[in-house]
Amino acid sequence: MTRWLRSFGAFWYDFIIGDDWRGAAVVAAALAATALLVHVASVNAWWLLPIAVIAALGWSLRRATSGKT
Amino acid sequence: MNSLALFLTVFVACAVEAVEALTIVLAAGVTREWRSTLQGMAAALVVLAVAVAVIGPALTLVPLTGLRLVVGALLAVFGLQWLRKAILRASGYKDLHDEGAIYARQVAAANTAGRESRRGVRDWYAFTLSFKGVLLEGLEVVFIAITFGANQQNLGLAAAGAVAAVLVVAAIGVAVRAPLSRVPENTMKFAVGIMLTSFGVFWGAEGAGASWPGNDAALLVVIPATALVALGYVALLRRAAAAGRATAAGVERSAA
Repeated sequence: MTRWLRSFGAFWYDFIIGDDWRGAAVVAAALAATALLVHVASVNAWWLLPIAVIAALGWSLRRATSGKT
Repeated sequence: MNSLALFLTVFVACAVEAVEALTIVLAAGVTREWRSTLQGMAAALVVLAVAVAVIGPALTLVPLTGLRLVVGALLAVFGLQWLRKAILRASGYKDLHDEGAIYARQVAAANTAGRESRRGVRDWYAFTLSFKGVLLEGLEVVFIAITFGANQQNLGLAAAGAVAAVLVVAAIGVAVRAPLSRVPENTMKFAVGIMLTSFGVFWGAEGAGASWPGNDAALLVVIPATALVALGYVALLRRAAAAGRATAAGVERSAA
C-alpha cells in the first residue's frame, strides 16, 4: 500500500511539477505574496505573478543549460 | 475569453497529446495485434471518461475565486514545464520531439517482447502498451480541458474541443496509417506552453485577489508578452550556444 501511494504521488509530482520543482515553488510564493499584498496592504499586485514566472523560467533555463553548449 | 479562443486552445493542446497517443497505439497495433491494442485503448478511454464525469461537475461546484487560484497555480506550473521544454528544444539544448523516431523505438521494443494472454486479453503487452499510452497522454487532455472549461464555466465547449481534436487526429491516423511526424508538433507544443502559462498567470493572479487592468482584455497583452519573453529566451540561448561553440573551436585551433 505504501509503495502504491509512493508511486501514485511520484506520478502526480512528475505530471504537474516535472523536472524542476523550483518553478512550482516560485509560483506558489508569488501567489501567496500577491494575496498578501492585495488583502493586507491593499496593493493591486497583478504584476507580481508575471514577473515571478518570467524570472522562474529564466532561472530554470539557466540551470538546465549551464555547462552545456 | 470568448468561446472560439477556449475551443481553439483546448483543441490545439489536445491535438498534440492525441498525436503522441496515436504513435503508441499504431506501434502496438502494427507490431503486435490490433484486437488487444484496441481493447487497451478502449479501457483507457473509459477510465478517462469516468475521470471527466466525476471531476468536471465537482469542479463547477467550487467557488470561482478559489477555483481560479488553484487552477491558475496548477496551469502556471504545468505551463512553465511545457514552455521550458519547448524553449530548450527550440534553442537546440534538447532533442526535438520526433514521432518517427519514437515510433521506431516503440516498434523495436514491441518486436522483442514476449506474447502472453491474460484476463481474456490475447496479447497483454499490446493491451498494456496501448492502455498506458492513451491513459497518460489522455490525462493531459483531461487536465487541460477540465481546467480551462471549469474556469470559463463552459465545460461542454472545452470537452467538445478535446473530443474534436482526438477525432481529427484519429481520422488522419486511420487514413495515413503511420505516425503523424509531419505535424509541426514542436511548434504546437511551444504555442500550448505559451497559452497554458499565460492563462495560469492570469487566473492565478485573479484568484489571489488581484484585478487585471482592462479585466479579460489584459489577456490580449499577457499572451503576446509571454510569447515575446519565450522567443527572447530562445534567442539568448541560441546565442550562448553559438558563442560556446566558437570558443571551443578557438581552443581546439590554438591547441593544434
